[in-house]
Amino acid sequence: MSQWFMVTLVGKDQIGIVSKITMALYQVGCHLGETSMLRLGGNFTIMMMVSYTGLAPTLENLLAPLAKELQLHIHIDAIEGQLHQHQEPTVRISVHGADRAGIVAQVTQALAQVGLNILNLESDVGGDTNNPFYVMHLEGTATVDLPTIEMALQNLLNSQPDLKVTVQLIETVMM
Amino acid sequence: MAILKILTYPDPQLKNLAAPVTAFDEDLQTFLVDLEETMRTGPGGVGIAAPQVGRFERIVIVDVSCKSKITHHGRLVLINPEISEWEGFDIGREGCMSVPDYTGNVIRATQIHLVAQDETGTVHEYDMEGYEARAVQHEIDHLDGLLFIDRLVSRRHDLFQRKVYQPKPKN
Repeated sequence: MSQWFMVTLVGKDQIGIVSKITMALYQVGCHLGETSMLRLGGNFTIMMMVSYTGLAPTLENLLAPLAKELQLHIHIDAIEGQLHQHQEPTVRISVHGADRAGIVAQVTQALAQVGLNILNLESDVGGDTNNPFYVMHLEGTATVDLPTIEMALQNLLNSQPDLKVTVQLIETVMM
Repeated sequence: MAILKILTYPDPQLKNLAAPVTAFDEDLQTFLVDLEETMRTGPGGVGIAAPQVGRFERIVIVDVSCKSKITHHGRLVLINPEISEWEGFDIGREGCMSVPDYTGNVIRATQIHLVAQDETGTVHEYDMEGYEARAVQHEIDHLDGLLFIDRLVSRRHDLFQRKVYQPKPKN
């Protein structure tokens, strides 16, 4: 009987992390589910659903030598999640502005207040050390309409008029 | 009347090239009734192509009239359809009865000119845009053995730019 685990790996980026880790899992009979793998600030980060027939400590022991070799922190949790439970995002929000502390916190606070559930969010810092700018994209599910979301953001935008926020409904053509 | 079985990815038959329809006979009419009934049972139900139910002929039904505030042509039976002109492009999200539990972003023309026969074989021409044009392009792909997942663009890095929300001026 296999069980889903959430496997987290983080470490300095180098060539071959994905191939070595996933090959090691494949060779012990693991299946991969949904994953997110990306480079953040020179680190490579992996979060992945792994289906395995044993226990978390066994899986961790299997990966430990390789994680050590690649200098990756590893963390494993048994999870209740399953596949085939996708939620379709209904709204997409893009934000950019001069970088400062609080953009993500303030925008998402306003969104949470109208019940928006974030399904994915990515953000990045561009520009240079003297003039950094912040870019954030998120998708989520909302039960309220577009004007309600826009209204929720209005106070924030009044106080920080240089922030550019785009709110769009995602219209999925289902055939 | 019957609800037909939908082929789902990764069934290799979905890659088959569909043949032109030559006989506009009783059998075709019966099939069209079943095809439309099958379409209407789907989660979106705005379009279906014959290869999705294992009939590899160039037959599509599209009906996006359930969407409000869009221009459309109502219920359309499109036989041997051909897009003769494309204009503009847009990224939009699509889902498909043949690809359950997955949606993705696909680039499609925003306006098309379409030539197609109806169930009697009469030729019609249509100018379509937006949602309806997207649905038709998606369905015609099925006739050529293509699914929307063959045309996916990244979910992560698309820049959607349609409506820019700007702060209201302070009074």
